[in-house]
Amino acid sequence: MKKLLKLMTGAALAAALLSGGASAQALFWSTQAKPVEEAQKMRDIVVKGFPGGVDYQPSDDGPWLTRLQAEIQAGKGTIAVLGALHGSFSSMSGDLVDLSGVKLGDVHVNDQYRELAKLGSQEQKYLPWMQATYIMAANKKALEFLPQGADIKALTYNQLVEWAKNMAEKTGSPKFGFPAGPEGLKHRFFQGFLLPSYTKSMVTKFRSPAAESGWAKFKELWQYTNPASTTYAFMQQPLLSEEVWVAFDHVARLADAFNQRPADFVAFPVPAGPAGRGFMPVIAGIGIPKTAPDMAKAKELVAYMMKPETQIATLRATNFFPVVDVKLPDDMPNSVKVSGPAIAAQTGAKDAVPALLPTGLGNLGGKFNQIYNDTFERIILGGQDIRPVLDEQAQALKALISQAKVPCWQPDPMSQGPCPVE
Amino acid sequence: MRSTKALPYLLLAPATIFLVVFFLYPFVLVAIDAFTKGGAVTLDNFRTMTSNWKFSETLRNTMLLAAVVVPIQLAMALSMATIVSKLSMGRSAILYIFAIPLGLSDLAAGLIWLTIFEQSGFLNSWLVSLGLIDKPIMFLGYQNKWVIFTAVVLGEVWRATAIMMVILVAGMGLIPKEYYEAAEVFGAPPWKRFTKITLPLLRPSLQTALILRVILAFEVFAVVAALSGTQFPVLMGETYHWQFTLQDRGVAAAFAMLILAISIAFTLLLLYLLRVPREARL
Repeated sequence: MKKLLKLMTGAALAAALLSGGASAQALFWSTQAKPVEEAQKMRDIVVKGFPGGVDYQPSDDGPWLTRLQAEIQAGKGTIAVLGALHGSFSSMSGDLVDLSGVKLGDVHVNDQYRELAKLGSQEQKYLPWMQATYIMAANKKALEFLPQGADIKALTYNQLVEWAKNMAEKTGSPKFGFPAGPEGLKHRFFQGFLLPSYTKSMVTKFRSPAAESGWAKFKELWQYTNPASTTYAFMQQPLLSEEVWVAFDHVARLADAFNQRPADFVAFPVPAGPAGRGFMPVIAGIGIPKTAPDMAKAKELVAYMMKPETQIATLRATNFFPVVDVKLPDDMPNSVKVSGPAIAAQTGAKDAVPALLPTGLGNLGGKFNQIYNDTFERIILGGQDIRPVLDEQAQALKALISQAKVPCWQPDPMSQGPCPVE
Repeated sequence: MRSTKALPYLLLAPATIFLVVFFLYPFVLVAIDAFTKGGAVTLDNFRTMTSNWKFSETLRNTMLLAAVVVPIQLAMALSMATIVSKLSMGRSAILYIFAIPLGLSDLAAGLIWLTIFEQSGFLNSWLVSLGLIDKPIMFLGYQNKWVIFTAVVLGEVWRATAIMMVILVAGMGLIPKEYYEAAEVFGAPPWKRFTKITLPLLRPSLQTALILRVILAFEVFAVVAALSGTQFPVLMGETYHWQFTLQDRGVAAAFAMLILAISIAFTLLLLYLLRVPREARL
């Protein structure tokens, strides 16, 4: 018996020693740069130069939040620095350290984004880290099927449908592709592109007649969309395999296509609807939780991430663009060269309707996305009538918004109290 | 003297502590999550669960899958077990070969079947190279849910039949040879020997095998996730979805409770249907 006890205490002691001896590297807990290759590049070319080393760990939004909340509830943690989208930070204002004291030297950060990162308070809740958006990409083979008179730099949804129809009818199979797989970013398309283009709104006019016609247009487009779209996550793959010729996706998810065969693909702005050219700028930030184990080191890491050379390395690793003033070197990857002008044309378009990522929803973000995905599944995949589905989903949206008590965000006009769903 | 008396309990203690800490305690927490919201006792989570537009499809899919998979597996496991127990040579070799899929995680099994059915998968490239089709077919698309269903059934049957077989082989080994010899003396053909001797005497093993398999069928997750993504919702998949994507632990816990309730109900049903009267036990 004694022997057994001895053995057990010995084992317990060993286990305690092992777990206590965790590395002193700063833990960078991020929802960005998740794909294995991007994460590895983050480690190899971005955070490698930071003295003391960085343990870069990307994770899905759910587990990311779960661990963070657990550490905050426990009052002590191991996460040094957080990397996430603006929307993820906006709900955890109280748990973030004020970063206005972080010394950035002569680095100039985009003022608009910096203001946004205060989350309506006086403190710098996080610092903008990198930015991106969604664009369209096409195989050059597709260009000959463009409808007459259509300018690829200023397409409309009607022209896109016509283009997709031409391709489907003349090549014998649908050539338009859409990231509607479980890991695809389809909800962002409905929130930031389709609805704003038809209604100039993401939430308020969710069930308006204009929204109805937007969904009807998308349903039309779906007829000429490759049915395998429900399995696509990153459109660069079907573009490279030529399963599809024209696609919509996040710039980072198109990058491989541009990098591998820059001569075969073009990038162009998203189409416009009756209400304008709705598009969603994506802003990722970096913050420090109040439970960070070594505050000074965490702040150093934040400052390190903002340096121009780190920002350029981040662009190489993730295809997210810098948020600080920086001159891009000439040897940037092809994806940057190809998508850069398209992004500029899209952001600078006269009819641009920028639609921000959902703000302030916190852990209700997933449910918010689900409402748009459910609408898509029911109307487009399930073939249900548009009007009743919009009415039902609007109820769910209304309940969710009033539960979260969030005011409207761009492009919906500011509201007193929770954002209304008309 | 005292230490020998305490020994059995001491030996049981680690397992008991393990179960209490890692099973019973989390289970109680999940139950609390399911029946409370914001600290108040309520059935709201269950209401949210059942009023979701996908719920009836999810429940139907799970039940349908169990109803199709389990009988197929039962029949196959019985015949495989019979073959194995009749063999005099290479018995363990065959047994090991049959049991290979058991060694794989269910996600790996799902991925194997995915590489077969994918648009660029083995089945398509095979059909194309034989000239039967001129371009790959989209098997696992949202338009043909029954193909997804069939693929899931195949994956599940391939993966988990062996676990029933192993139990049945052990059970068949327990049936005394004398019964068969007597039956042969009276001229009973093989099928009659199977239905009149093997099946009735196999009841306890059948019961164990079926309970285990039915419970696993209601927990099906990774194979479905790999093959269908979100196109063929099942209860376990929705549990995961509510917990991690929708960040609603209460509803996820309600789904877990529902799966538990179904599992318990079917276990009791099987215990009743396949009960062995005390006087008939071997």
